[in-house]
Amino acid sequence: MATSAPVWRSPANWFGPEYRNPARRREVRAAFLFLLPNVVGFLVFMVGPLLASLGFSLLDWNLLSPPDLVWLGNYLELFRDAEFWRSLRATFYYLIGSVPLGLVLSLALALALNQRIKGIRLFRTVYFIPVVSSMVAVALMWRWMYNPTSGILNYMLNEMFAFLRLPLRAPDWLQSPVWAMPAIILMSVWKGMGYNMVLFLAGLQGIPRHLYEAAEIDGASNQRQFWTITLPLLTPTTFFVLIISIIGSFQVFEQAYIMTQGGPVRSTVTTVYYIYENGFEWHKMGYASAVAWVLFALILGVTLIQWRTQERWVFYE
Amino acid sequence: MSSGTIGSGTIARPAASLSRTRVEVPSARRRLWWRNATAYVTLSLGSVLMIIPFLWMLSTSLKDDRQAYVFPPIWIPSPVAWSNYLDTWQALPFNLFFLNSALVSLVLTVAQLATCSLGAFAFARLRFPGRERLFVFYLATLMIPFQVIMIPLFVLVKEFGWIDSYWGLTVPLIFSPYGTFLLRQFFKTIPLELEDAAKIDGCSWFRIYWNIMLPLSKPAMATLGIFVFMWSWNNFLWPLLIVSSLEMKTLPLGLAYFLGQYTIYWNLLMVGATIALVPILVIFFFAQRYFIEGITLTGLKG
Repeated sequence: MATSAPVWRSPANWFGPEYRNPARRREVRAAFLFLLPNVVGFLVFMVGPLLASLGFSLLDWNLLSPPDLVWLGNYLELFRDAEFWRSLRATFYYLIGSVPLGLVLSLALALALNQRIKGIRLFRTVYFIPVVSSMVAVALMWRWMYNPTSGILNYMLNEMFAFLRLPLRAPDWLQSPVWAMPAIILMSVWKGMGYNMVLFLAGLQGIPRHLYEAAEIDGASNQRQFWTITLPLLTPTTFFVLIISIIGSFQVFEQAYIMTQGGPVRSTVTTVYYIYENGFEWHKMGYASAVAWVLFALILGVTLIQWRTQERWVFYE
Repeated sequence: MSSGTIGSGTIARPAASLSRTRVEVPSARRRLWWRNATAYVTLSLGSVLMIIPFLWMLSTSLKDDRQAYVFPPIWIPSPVAWSNYLDTWQALPFNLFFLNSALVSLVLTVAQLATCSLGAFAFARLRFPGRERLFVFYLATLMIPFQVIMIPLFVLVKEFGWIDSYWGLTVPLIFSPYGTFLLRQFFKTIPLELEDAAKIDGCSWFRIYWNIMLPLSKPAMATLGIFVFMWSWNNFLWPLLIVSSLEMKTLPLGLAYFLGQYTIYWNLLMVGATIALVPILVIFFFAQRYFIEGITLTGLKG
């Protein structure tokens, strides 16, 4: 077995013999210059902070006094921290509430839009408006909608309940520990639906039409075509939508910040909210970094599991 | 089939543009009619639900203090309190917030397009040792949530003395692996022939990038630019961390601050929300194509 011994090479030959050619060397130099701003920024503002945050998570540090090295102390504290567990529960509640609902609704909309009917552009525009809107403005808007006495939502709900003679009253939404999270979920689904819908629509239009024509000739019903052609061939899109929706849900913050400030009784303190509180309200930089890394690990883990299990249900042509 | 397919590089078109003629048998036509009718009803109902919150915002923004709280709620304010817009503008320096948002978003858009396209050109066209490895490294960082790096980023910006400044609001967010990746993928689809001719003529790499690559990449640049602009305009978390003075606030921050100060003046708050929404909605209406194409192309999230 041949092992390559370290050989000293003059700088001109660092990159192997083919780079001895002056034109190739010019190309490498050009590449260096083209990449310089990008790579410097990447190292300083991405890779550096990533490594630093791992380091920070081993510290007890309030930014003012010199940091204390506590090794895994922050991580150990995490496990006993009821507030942290509560924030994880809130995040998972949000995830489980918003992801499937958003998926089903946006798929239904995409299916409805994927017809040869007039006005598709108009509908698509309307559904997309919330997507481009600022989350802060939209959260503010919904906070006012959810207002129990003067908001339009409860007025309409109560009118509807009265009309249907149902013995129900609309809840106090953001003032209720039970209903605050569902309120945030509802608003977020409303805001994000158009985005997933556009993705699904692209997936639907990628399904070859001849498959439907063949099914039609064989006398397959619409439902059957949906279950045996549309849904299986749409699984790659569904997989993608699922992955990004789940990653997005783990990062939920702004809605809670504007609509509830984490309340009532901390029922809407999500994990990112908890990171924010620790780092920027209580100045526990080390602890906040540790929470951030646990969140990162969770996101990575869940995404990895999805990659691993995709062959069981994702159908690639 | 030509008009409706999407391959890896082409742009999705709405199903409406599928113009196909086929002979319909009566039962199939009836089925189609039903399907279209259900689709219309679903889509229209959905649209109403999409629009109501915006109408409610607009309506409230034009009500005086009494009308805003009246029960049962009214949709058409009477009299129309146009003065709310003036009052809001005077309550807080919204023109400053507006300018800050515009400045930060524009700078970020231009700077990100520049750095991303330069880097993408090197990744797509130039041969240099370690290219693939570096690129994979870039791709790996796409997974990193901003929340993981925001604390060290804050400390870094503090060390640089950039807290509460335009530097802090822009520089750390300029460099984007995502944008680099997106443009690199697009550059790869551009045929090499033109560049080969330019190379024979002795053009420098920069000339090739500037005179050939960029003009051919206008759609991709427009898509990326619009997304960066939208994302910066709406960005909240990072400005929230590093801005402390009123004068440096961007619109979303100003709005959040306004909420803290005027918690019960919902008519004025709705004016603020409208002010923050209008510019991006105007851009959206004019550049819709690029928004939709960008998403179908890449799954880019704002």
